[in-house]
Amino acid sequence: MSAAEPAPSQTSAKPGHLGRSLPRFEDAALLTGRGRFLDDLPVGPATLQAAILRSPHAHARIVKLDVSAARALPGVAAVLTSAEVQALSAPLVVGVKAPMTCWPIATDRVRYVGEPVAVVVAADRYLAEDALEAIAIDYAPLPAVVDPERALAAEAPVLHEGLGGNLASDRSFRYGDPEAAFETAAHRIGITVRYPRNAVTPIETYGMVCEWDPGEDGYEVTANFQGPFSIHAVIARSLKVPGNRLRLKTPRDSGGSFGVKQGMFPVIVLMALAARLAGRPVKWIEDRLEHLTASVSATNRVVTLAAAVEADGKITALDWDQLEDVGAHLRAPEPATLYRMHGNLTGAYDIRNLAVRNRVVVTNKTPTGLNRGFGGPQVYFALERLVQKIAVTLGLDPVAVIRRNLIPAGAFPYRTASGGLYDSGDYQKALETALRDGGHAALVEKRDRVRAAGGLYGIGFATVVEPSVSNMGYVSTVMTAAERAKAGPKNGAQATATVALDPVGGVSVHVASVPQGQGHRTVLAQTVADSLGLEPAQIRVVAELDTARDAWSIASGNYASRFAAAVAGTAHLAAEQLKAKLARLAAAQLNVPAEALVFEGGRVCAADTPDNAIPFARLAATAHWAPGTIPEAAGQALRETVYWTPPQLTAPTPDDQVNSSLCHGFILDICGVAVERASGRVVIDRYVTMHDCGRVLHPGMVEGQIVGGFANAVGAALYEEYAYGPDGAFLAGSFADYLVPTVAEVPRPEILHVETPSPFTPLGAKGVGEGNCMSTPVAIANAVADALGVEDVILPLTPARVRALLDEPEPPAPAGTAPAAPPKRAGGRALAGTGSAGFAAPPQRIWDTLLDPATLEAIVPGCHKVEKLSETRFLAEVTLGVGPVKGRYSVEVALSDLVEPASVTLTASASGALGTGAGQGHVRLAATPEGGTRLDYDYEADVGGKVAAVGGRLLDGAARLVIGQFFAALGRQAGGGTKGGGATDGGATDGAGAAGPWTGLLGRLLRLLGIGS
Amino acid sequence: MPRLSADRRTEVRFTLNGRPVAGLAEPRLLLSDFLRHVVGATGTHVGCEHGVCGACTVRIDGGLARSCLTLAVQVEGCTVETVEGLAPGPARLSVLQEAFRRHHALQCGFCTAGILMSLDTLLRDEPAADKARIEEVLGGHLCRCTGYGPIVSAALDAAERLSEDPGAGDAPEERDGDV
Ligand code: FES
Ligand code: FES
Repeated sequence: MSAAEPAPSQTSAKPGHLGRSLPRFEDAALLTGRGRFLDDLPVGPATLQAAILRSPHAHARIVKLDVSAARALPGVAAVLTSAEVQALSAPLVVGVKAPMTCWPIATDRVRYVGEPVAVVVAADRYLAEDALEAIAIDYAPLPAVVDPERALAAEAPVLHEGLGGNLASDRSFRYGDPEAAFETAAHRIGITVRYPRNAVTPIETYGMVCEWDPGEDGYEVTANFQGPFSIHAVIARSLKVPGNRLRLKTPRDSGGSFGVKQGMFPVIVLMALAARLAGRPVKWIEDRLEHLTASVSATNRVVTLAAAVEADGKITALDWDQLEDVGAHLRAPEPATLYRMHGNLTGAYDIRNLAVRNRVVVTNKTPTGLNRGFGGPQVYFALERLVQKIAVTLGLDPVAVIRRNLIPAGAFPYRTASGGLYDSGDYQKALETALRDGGHAALVEKRDRVRAAGGLYGIGFATVVEPSVSNMGYVSTVMTAAERAKAGPKNGAQATATVALDPVGGVSVHVASVPQGQGHRTVLAQTVADSLGLEPAQIRVVAELDTARDAWSIASGNYASRFAAAVAGTAHLAAEQLKAKLARLAAAQLNVPAEALVFEGGRVCAADTPDNAIPFARLAATAHWAPGTIPEAAGQALRETVYWTPPQLTAPTPDDQVNSSLCHGFILDICGVAVERASGRVVIDRYVTMHDCGRVLHPGMVEGQIVGGFANAVGAALYEEYAYGPDGAFLAGSFADYLVPTVAEVPRPEILHVETPSPFTPLGAKGVGEGNCMSTPVAIANAVADALGVEDVILPLTPARVRALLDEPEPPAPAGTAPAAPPKRAGGRALAGTGSAGFAAPPQRIWDTLLDPATLEAIVPGCHKVEKLSETRFLAEVTLGVGPVKGRYSVEVALSDLVEPASVTLTASASGALGTGAGQGHVRLAATPEGGTRLDYDYEADVGGKVAAVGGRLLDGAARLVIGQFFAALGRQAGGGTKGGGATDGGATDGAGAAGPWTGLLGRLLRLLGIGS
Repeated sequence: MPRLSADRRTEVRFTLNGRPVAGLAEPRLLLSDFLRHVVGATGTHVGCEHGVCGACTVRIDGGLARSCLTLAVQVEGCTVETVEGLAPGPARLSVLQEAFRRHHALQCGFCTAGILMSLDTLLRDEPAADKARIEEVLGGHLCRCTGYGPIVSAALDAAERLSEDPGAGDAPEERDGDV
């Protein structure tokens, strides 16, 4: 299809409610604390609460799992392990036909930190978490692989033996004649980029209530799940019930999702099974540590992209090599992140020749899934970094390179090389408007001025085509044409809407859009009010979904920015359909042809004789009370349900062309950054973002989507990363480690618009919510690359990273500043320190105390018991708290190099439900002239598991606190107490031993939270 | 305060939004859980349980506190205020709440309860708070939806209205919602 006609029902531009920024109907309840979020819904007294035991290891065999002690605890109703899961359910279906089995719980082996190992169901959450600690589990750690490139190496540890390696999919595509284009081009310019892991963590975490009905052999689940409802089939298959025995409901309000709440479906399976096992409803609310560690992440990706370029900057071919890291399992709908952009891999540019290699690799990290921008950030980071590099390499202005390559304005609908069908646009107009109204010339002047004065300043651009309304068939591009032919075609994107009339003229709208804060109810009320000539406040909208009662399809849900383009459009069609029937009814009563009627101001009247009217409410009453008067052909006039799927969303063709999305918006971003030379801090000085999202239905909400997405993208560009240690330890388990930007970090972007309505959607609207997540990270990166004159920029651009890119020595610290701490060992969660303590008692006394299990038991903080295994080996049970993570550990200590009473080396390893640790310490004792003892120590340790994930920043303080408490107690025990001394960590003296605990750990914690001073 | 025992629930009595309430709490029960699941005041939200996101912010005896870092037993005899108590009447919004609505300062509304508590307290103490002060206070909260700009605009708007008419505790103006 090269030219599509506009949809017949395209509304005229008559003034109405649509297009105005009405206050939202959602707000009154949300502002007064009367939202109905998942955890606010009432549950019956039978409802139990669940907690999940999760793996502290990235890769390990489960040697022993004994839940009997946990099962026996008071208040515990059931403990679910892989044995029950395997007995009661089937594995989750995997997106591509790959020989790997994917259970929602670890079976014999854990493959990422945070992977569920057992579920405890108890009377309340506190008891359930208590019981987790009573589960005895032993792991035999295996080598882990975190880096996608290393995962491909022959010697890399293998996650799924069935795959024979870690490569889950490898497909190559070719469109046009890329080889010839590269051959004849003046230049081949390439770039390799590594896009990191992150996610737009919603502030409300996952939550669900699951129930099993043995009479029906069915499950009922209420969850703040967001769709796509194609996942409903995945859950039902796993639970081994037909779809009609899995009733899935969503609450009215959801605390944000951004794609992330798609990823809860494996836990839905677990909790449904737990409810079945317990015979009672089970509720689970994810905590923040679980969310950051193991909910879902966007993919990280390594991309090598090359362009064939003419001397004037014209790109004639692209060669993509994408290596997608989906984490430990290939979970539905992955590898969708890799294929969502397949139709628009050439971006906003007219490039006819294209070669693509897409590989999917598994690593020991959290499995990936939907996230705002879904695939766009990864693709555009490579493409737009390359466009900047082409300009730098050829000595051209980046704007000139963009201009040279943009798809011409008259070319729409435009079919891309890989099969995308861009609905509408005028990229030239958008570009020139953005340059003019966005003050580009002044920005260039400023850059020159700052640079002349010795400062670092850069300008970056990003040109992005923002796809929306996904083709449900795009993921099948991962299969070969032959496999697709066998599996049957997949395409389309069914949207549904119902408009219903009550006997007194009230209008209800039901959609399956599952809003997560985007104001769907308001926009739908506007849309339907406009059709029926009513006020939006008269329309009642229900946007939550109940699969047992509502019209829905696999495409239902809140993703791929499908609301404005598809759902609102479908509601419009349903309202128009109802209106047409009502018009026939009114025509009979008013004696005018239906075509001559207008719906306005709550009445229906003849256009030329407005007094010949009937109130809307009366018409509604007639529809209910006097169906006999309805003209035969109209049928009923009570309720209209419309299913709408755009004909443009066809299945992939045999030569792998796919129109992956229905709508294609356009974004052009201009970003000016200043880089602080001394600190490496990136300051966004100016940000202009130009959008063409088709017709704007609600300007206030469109702006809200843009600035919200922009803020998320600033986080991805500068602060946020799901960081892993080389051994697969997860390092970002709290909001103090995973840095979500606050108001201080998010500047206000300047938003510009041009409007080219989509001819493919009923209202002319396109999606708008995800674009800045695609454009902003690379616009900022391009600006930083321009400021520093470097090529290899890696996100997030933290001050340390940027400083390292500056090829110059760091300026000396200002006078009076404490010297910086020496760098820790790699991994960021290594712990090291030195310190000393003074005692009134002589060295021998201290020595004896130190080596006596009974006294140690009394003086080691949090110690329950010390067992002497041999003369030089001890086993201790201790409870230690680091920040919010408090847990019980067994610690084995071996003594060596004993020189009585002068020095000893301690080698310790600790393990507990909350993490692991291993390290070494040296203790030296010396007699003081006063007959006392001076003790010096140093230690170095590595920690892993939950402690490493959340405690990173608190570990040093916690260690000093514990050591301080220990020496104080040692002094008391040995007689004479401690004298001065203190712990030092890289030069900063905290004096934990002497000054008491409050200045140490708690002080740091309070400072971290911005409470203390 | 009565002596607490780890395995016994204690009755906690306090004033919530002007009304006396009581409930049973184990010593380890967080105030956020107590308010939401024992007392039934679900307007206060929980986003992190480690004191960073600010969603759970409430007022205790007039001062701001993270209810996820406070134990229920600590509010014995205290006056606690939550988002449910901010509106001047059942079908009305406060000046600040109304400004949030006008400026689209909320989307999902999950972070909103805590932000309203902090900004309401700021405007109570400093009715003429400027942008810098507002941003300083808002800096203790995370919002994933709005990008913060609309929240700052709403607070500035409310500050302006309140300093023009310090008596205006609420906004009796045009309403087209379903409060
Ligand atoms: S829930 Fe209390 S600060 Fe996040
Ligand atoms: S409005 Fe959703 S997190 Fe703030």
